[in-house]
Amino acid sequence: MTLAFAILAALIVVSAVAAMTLRNLVHCALCLAVAFIGLAGTYLQLGAQFVGLSQVLVYVGAVAILIVFAILLTRSGEPGPGRQFSATALMGVAIALAVFAVLGKVITSSAVAKRGVLPAPQTSVAQLGQKLMTDYILPLEVLALLLTAAMIGAVIIALKEKESAK
Amino acid sequence: MNPLTGYLLLAALLFSIGLAGALTRRNAILVLIGIELMLNAANLNFIAFWRYGPNPEALTGVMFVLFAIAIAAAEAAVGLALIISIYRHYKTTNVNDVNELKG
Repeated sequence: MTLAFAILAALIVVSAVAAMTLRNLVHCALCLAVAFIGLAGTYLQLGAQFVGLSQVLVYVGAVAILIVFAILLTRSGEPGPGRQFSATALMGVAIALAVFAVLGKVITSSAVAKRGVLPAPQTSVAQLGQKLMTDYILPLEVLALLLTAAMIGAVIIALKEKESAK
Repeated sequence: MNPLTGYLLLAALLFSIGLAGALTRRNAILVLIGIELMLNAANLNFIAFWRYGPNPEALTGVMFVLFAIAIAAAEAAVGLALIISIYRHYKTTNVNDVNELKG
């Protein structure tokens, strides 16, 4: 377990917990961006440079900003007078702890825990692009179609309702 | 401890944090943030298995994560559009107050 991994793991866990527990929604969104940056650092550490940089571009650059805009448009930046957690919050935390206990038990007792460490793979972004343009060209095109459809759908859903429709 | 185990445990912890947030918070935007955290935990698993698994030259894990990131971006856009639409209609983003279909 290296020091870099420990620092990144601590950063991710602390900012994720903060993103889920803080009262002010703007702070939550900023903590989420910090967690995404930590994850991008982990990807870089694992040797997946392109994924790490796409993580920064897509999550920190687009999704976090989108969430901030949604907070702005729904005027929920300031915490309301009511409780922030639902009535069954204890049950939710218990379920999450149970899930973590099961996952942790499975991970620590599985065969991968005893596997030897392989040398770092020698892969480049050029190889990745070649794969995307040959083996994965059909999924890529389908994905482009899905993204276009999702963007048009999002705009239509968020459009103002007509007065006559009410 | 094996490095792969460390990454898998971190991903499991991140998934549990996201799940706890999605189950306990009352604001719909925070529920969406929890779902994003869970998606990222799954991505971390893919990258860790790609790095420490056999045959990394196939780049399968990296490809899966790239497609998952793109789909997660689409999901976030549609989800936030729905939240904005719900806010216009009900004047609230509290998931407990949106209960018209409750039996």
